[in-house]
Amino acid sequence: MFRLVKDPIDAASLRSGFASPQDGAAVIFEGIVRNHARGKRVRCLEYHAYEPMAVQKLEEIGAQARKDFPIRDIAIIHRLGRLDPGEISVVIMVVAAHRAAAFDACRYAIDAIKRSVPIWKKEFYEDGESWIEEPG
Amino acid sequence: MSIRILFFATIADVTGKCEMEMAAPAGADVAAILTRLAQEYPGLEARRASILCAVNYEFARPDTPVRDGDEVAFFPPVSGG
Repeated sequence: MFRLVKDPIDAASLRSGFASPQDGAAVIFEGIVRNHARGKRVRCLEYHAYEPMAVQKLEEIGAQARKDFPIRDIAIIHRLGRLDPGEISVVIMVVAAHRAAAFDACRYAIDAIKRSVPIWKKEFYEDGESWIEEPG
Repeated sequence: MSIRILFFATIADVTGKCEMEMAAPAGADVAAILTRLAQEYPGLEARRASILCAVNYEFARPDTPVRDGDEVAFFPPVSGG
């Protein structure tokens, strides 16, 4: 499952049904909107995407993770639009027979997202706003 | 040939638009398209070193060829996650 969503991500409901008895490990990464960045207080964020390319890149990252690590499945969901501090911006779920592969694949996926998926973050502060042009 | 051009984030701020059509000469590559765009939107020139490009959803290089009907997107380094 590789999706961009506009509504809040319910990680618990996504997780239920993803792991099965053949899995010995489920690693779940949640990216959270931080209330501070670059020395400023962050009021909220907006995520914008080049949607069809972003979905294609998420699918490619998933396919590469399954090729490089002995995992059973991986899912990536990234939120778009306006988010408040504390909300989930991205969820990566990996299930595998053993924990090492699940951790490694999850780490690979978040690093690849930050490098190569066309999504951009705009930070809104008390006194203005700014597009961010570097991986966080 | 006719190509569809998309801009995102700060690049859309520079051009003041998110998309446009361009009639480009046959055989043009990404660099040639960007040079034409920079004539119309001079603010792009200063961003040339950092601007990223995708042709039909695949990351492209300056010498990537562009064909009739292609979708060519220009955008800054990504910051998702």
